[in-house]
Amino acid sequence: MDRTIAINVNRLCKTYDSHKAVDDLSFSVYAGEIFGLLGPNGAGKSTTLRTLITLLHPTSGTATVMGHDTVRDADTVRTLIGYVPQERAIDRFLTGREHLQLLGALYHLTTDEATKRINELLKLVDLEDHADRPAKTYSGGMKRKLDIACGLLPNPKILFLDEPTLGLDVQSRLRIWEYVRMLKARGMTVVMTTNYLDEADQLCDRLAIIDGGKIKTLGSPVELKIALGGDIVSLTLKELDRIPSLETELKGRPAIKSVRTTTKGLDIRVESPEKALPAILDAANRLGCSIEFIQYNRPRLDDVFIAHTGRAITESIPETESA
Amino acid sequence: MEHYWQEISALTMRWVRRLSREKFSMLFTLVQPMLFWLIFFGNLFQRAADTQVMQAPNYISFLAAGVVIMTVLNNGLAGGVDLLFDKENGFLERLMSTPIHRTSVILSRFIFVMAITSMQVLVILGVSYLFGVHPATGILGVATILLIGMMFGVGLTAISMAMAFSVKSHGDFFSVLGFLSLPMIFLSSALVPLTAMPGWMSFLAQFNPMTWAIDAVRPLILSGWTEALPHVGMVILVMLVFDALCLYGGAKAFRRAMG
Repeated sequence: MDRTIAINVNRLCKTYDSHKAVDDLSFSVYAGEIFGLLGPNGAGKSTTLRTLITLLHPTSGTATVMGHDTVRDADTVRTLIGYVPQERAIDRFLTGREHLQLLGALYHLTTDEATKRINELLKLVDLEDHADRPAKTYSGGMKRKLDIACGLLPNPKILFLDEPTLGLDVQSRLRIWEYVRMLKARGMTVVMTTNYLDEADQLCDRLAIIDGGKIKTLGSPVELKIALGGDIVSLTLKELDRIPSLETELKGRPAIKSVRTTTKGLDIRVESPEKALPAILDAANRLGCSIEFIQYNRPRLDDVFIAHTGRAITESIPETESA
Repeated sequence: MEHYWQEISALTMRWVRRLSREKFSMLFTLVQPMLFWLIFFGNLFQRAADTQVMQAPNYISFLAAGVVIMTVLNNGLAGGVDLLFDKENGFLERLMSTPIHRTSVILSRFIFVMAITSMQVLVILGVSYLFGVHPATGILGVATILLIGMMFGVGLTAISMAMAFSVKSHGDFFSVLGFLSLPMIFLSSALVPLTAMPGWMSFLAQFNPMTWAIDAVRPLILSGWTEALPHVGMVILVMLVFDALCLYGGAKAFRRAMG
C-alpha cells in the first residue's frame, strides 16, 4: 500500500545514565491514521512521544515529522504538531479561554484569527459555557477537553495525545474517543500513548506494543489478534453424524483457516468473523445441518499483549520511567 | 522579532493574571513580611540599636536599605517557583512544544519578577518615608536603588530558576530556599553594619553580594551622592560579575532540563 508517511522513527535510542529508556526503536506512522503506542508505565512510550514533539534529543537515531528532523528542524516540527500532555498540565488560575489565548499568541496567531479559532474550539469541545471560569473549577473531564482544545489550537497536521483518558470516568472517556475519531475523519493524524488495551483496540488503526524500550509487535489490532491464530467459532450440531460433511464443506474456504472436529461439533479458526460467519451459516444451511449452539471467541488485545511481553499490562515492571 | 515580542508579552500577561487571582496569598507571603521587618523590627530595635554604631539617625532609616534588598532577595530566590510548578505539572512542556523562542518563557519570568520587585521596593520606600526616612539622593537616588535591586534580582532569579530546573521535587526546592534565605540576611549588612559584627560573621558577610548591594543603597538613602557614588560604582561591577555567573549557571541548568 502506498501511503504518505507522517512520522518516521529510525533506530531511536534514548539513554538516561545507564538506563535505556528507548532501545533501537524504528517505526512509521502513516498520514491520516490513529497510531497507538501501547505499553505499561516505564515502557518507553512517553520518551518516544517526547522525542517526536521535539522536547527530547535522541541519544542516537533520528525521528522525522512530515519529513522534518525533530532536532535540526525542531521549529518547523513545532508548527506542524499539537500536543496534549497528561491531564494536570493546566494553569488552575487561568480560565479556559485564557489558556487558548495564551497558546494563540505562542503560535503567533493574530488576535482575530485566535478569537475565531478559540470560539470554534470551545464549541467543539463543549466548553462554551465554562470558558470564562478559572480552570481550577473544572472537572477532570472538562480539563481534558480543554487540554484537547489546546492541542488543536494550532490546527495541527499531527496531534499527539499522552494517555488521553487516564483517570477519566467512563462517559468522559467515550467522549474523548468520539473527538479522536472525529479528528481522524477530518484527516488529522493522531499519535497517542495509552496503557488501556480497550482504548488501543477501539481507537487505533495501528499500534505498537512497547516494552522495555523496544517494539514487541506492530500492526492493526485485528492483524495482531489474527497473528495469534485468529478467532475461533465453535459449533454444536444437533445431528452429530453431519459433522464430517460440514467439515469437508468448510475446509479450504476463504476466511477459514482451519477446522477441527470436537465431540459435539466443530472448532473453526477464522481470519475475520465478518466474512467467516455468513459462510459457515450458509454452508450449514445448504447441508441441512441444524446448529444447536454457536459460540464465538475473539482473541482480545490482552492475549496479544501477554503473548508478546510475557505478562499482563497491569502487572508492574521493576524499572520506573525516567524524565 | 515581532513574534518574540508577542510570545513574551503573552507569557508575561499570564504571570500578571495569576498574580491578580492570587492577590491574598501574594500579599501575605511577599509584601507583608517585608513591611513587618520594617515596621516591627525597625521600631522594636529603635532604642536597642546604637545610632553611633549604625551611623544613622535612627534604626528604621538604617534598616530601610536592608529591607529593600531583602525584598529583592526573597522575590528573586522565589522567582523560579512558578516555573518549577510548570515543570512538575507538564505546563512547561506544553509551552515548549509550541514554536516559541526557547528563551521566551524564562525572559517573561524575569520581566515579571523584576517588575513586581520594583513595585515592592517603591512601597517599602514609601512606607519608610512615612516613618521619616527621606532618601538623601531624591528621585534619581530612588531610580539608582531600583537599578541595583534589579541587577541583584536578575542573578537571584537565575539561581532560583537553575534550582527549579535541577531539583527532583519541589520539596527539595523549598528546603534549599529556606536554608539560603535567612543566613543570607544575617550574614549581610542588612540588620547590623559589618563593623558591629563578630569577626567571623563580618568576614563571611563581605563575600555576600547582598552586603555590596545594601552598602550602596544605604548611603543613597542616608548620606548623599558623594558618599554613595563609589559604592554604587562598585556594586554595579560586583553585580555584573554576579549576574554573569548566575545566568551562565541558569542557562546550563535550563539546557540540561529541556533536552
